[in-house]
Amino acid sequence: MTLTFAATLPARGFDVELDVAEGRTLALLGPNGAGKSTTLGLVAGTLRPHDGHVTLDGRTLVRADGGRTRTWVPPHDRHVALLAQEPLLFPHLSVRQNVAFGPRSQGARRRTADAAADRRLEQVGLAHLADRAPSTLSGGQAQRVAVARALAAEPRLLLLDEPMAALDVDVTPELRQTLRHLLEGQTAVITTHDVLDALLLADEVAVVEDGRVVERGPTAQVLSRPRSTFAATIAGLNLLAGTWTGDGVLTTTGEVVRGRTPPDGIATGTPTTAVFRPAAVAVYLDEQHGSPRNAFRATVRSLEPRGDLVRVRTDRLAADLTPQSAAELSLVPGAQVWLSVKAAEVDVYPA
Amino acid sequence: MRAPTRSTGEAAVGLPRWAFVPAAVGGLFVLLPLVAMATRVDWSSYWGLITSESARAALLLSLQTSAASTVACLVLGVPMALVLARCRFPGIDLLRSLVMVPLVLPPVVGGIALLYTFGRRGLLGETLEVAGLQVAFSTTAVVLAQTFVALPFLVTSLEGALRTAGARYEMVAASLGARPTTVLRRVTLPLVWPGLLSGAVLSFARALGEFGATITFAGSLQGVTRTLPLEIYLQRETDPDAAVALSLLLVVVAVLVIAATRRERGPL
Repeated sequence: MTLTFAATLPARGFDVELDVAEGRTLALLGPNGAGKSTTLGLVAGTLRPHDGHVTLDGRTLVRADGGRTRTWVPPHDRHVALLAQEPLLFPHLSVRQNVAFGPRSQGARRRTADAAADRRLEQVGLAHLADRAPSTLSGGQAQRVAVARALAAEPRLLLLDEPMAALDVDVTPELRQTLRHLLEGQTAVITTHDVLDALLLADEVAVVEDGRVVERGPTAQVLSRPRSTFAATIAGLNLLAGTWTGDGVLTTTGEVVRGRTPPDGIATGTPTTAVFRPAAVAVYLDEQHGSPRNAFRATVRSLEPRGDLVRVRTDRLAADLTPQSAAELSLVPGAQVWLSVKAAEVDVYPA
Repeated sequence: MRAPTRSTGEAAVGLPRWAFVPAAVGGLFVLLPLVAMATRVDWSSYWGLITSESARAALLLSLQTSAASTVACLVLGVPMALVLARCRFPGIDLLRSLVMVPLVLPPVVGGIALLYTFGRRGLLGETLEVAGLQVAFSTTAVVLAQTFVALPFLVTSLEGALRTAGARYEMVAASLGARPTTVLRRVTLPLVWPGLLSGAVLSFARALGEFGATITFAGSLQGVTRTLPLEIYLQRETDPDAAVALSLLLVVVAVLVIAATRRERGPL
């Protein structure tokens, strides 16, 4: 185990045990205030546990019992990099200097550090912005620079605290794909309350509620057979498996699904999965012609209330509609419908 | 079209119109005395008055001691502000109030307090004397007096800037492997640079104008402890024209210092 974590903070009702294996990514899912950020703070060294320990690669970072800290490694010596909601790029340094900050602080020469920074910027596709000031970047660009900066410090463990939460909805898919690519082989813990992040970025999921881990397991298993209430509310994504044809996912039932692909592309013939949210699915009674959307024929199985929306379950996919549109379409179980989803709302990734 | 404004773009929303009247009165209250003083200057002999030997000695001493005490304020005040802004321990609120004491204390009282600390019979004075150091009534005493009264300006200004900047950038820097000293040098101080600069300027200006603590603790020896404010006060008894001329000189020096740093810093 690379990271082992067991800590309590009675004042916050926090009692969590976790571990993450070498090169794996763990997603902490849970509602606000559940204790996700507390967990990251204890690992990064912004919080001290009352009882417990954090060990990384066999080295004890902190050990405490009964409110006394027995072992304490200061944050700068932990090799744990933190990526927060906001990019927090140092405003007085250029983009390159920001990314080179980690290597420089760890004693690298300027030229070596700059070279490392340029390589990392290349990886997030922003090498051309190296000489810019952070204030001139868009939110999405700034967060990708922050990712490059965190990775350039060569951390043993990367902590991502809701890295997509402060971004515009239309730039999150791109950052998610970038992270998916970069987190490969990197030991990481990501907190999120977006199930897509868990599905696309994490190997394993731990659901945290009221300061406790209530559910834990491989991502697909937790999301397909959720046992906790929180996992059940957020799960329910539409998943279509198939093979990559070069411009879409050919499903077992013969449809081609188009969507956003990883920046490094997918080899033709690779087993591939297309994922999208029920809220992205529109329902029609007739086939829609001449539209660039993905369309599927389906039979309505059930309708159930879901907050302000109605979840329409069909024989293969789910859609979330407003009660008005459900009523206008007179949807009843057994009805034949066409489901449609924009390619831009579909995430495609190798299975 | 009413009340046209020269600068376009932002509008002063929520500023009551009547506020302009007391604001203007306040501005006049500051400016008018300076103008009144300028009208009393005997311009024909001005150059001669401000270049007299005693005036030049006083100006030079003032600039030297103010610069030295600004450096002392930076050396002591930056760590003080860091501790006050970043640490949490019992009694820190009391400490923060104590640091402000020289700000509200009459400078004469400060001078007496310094005398009983560093003077010949003072708390530390005897020890210093054994070590061969005589502080009271020397140029060192001038610097000490100025540092004593100017320190709170630097600490308060910098502490405010540190609180506004917050500790989040520092946390990120530490997580990238930067040691605390590296974080201070490469992140914290650059981020609070405007606050640090304005704090240093305020300290310098306060040191330049220091009178009460200096005359009490350092005395008034020409070229040794007689700074420009002391020179002005002495001249006022014998040669009012010289006092006015030197006062104007002090105003000009103060305005120049503030203007120079303002330009570098840009609009606040």
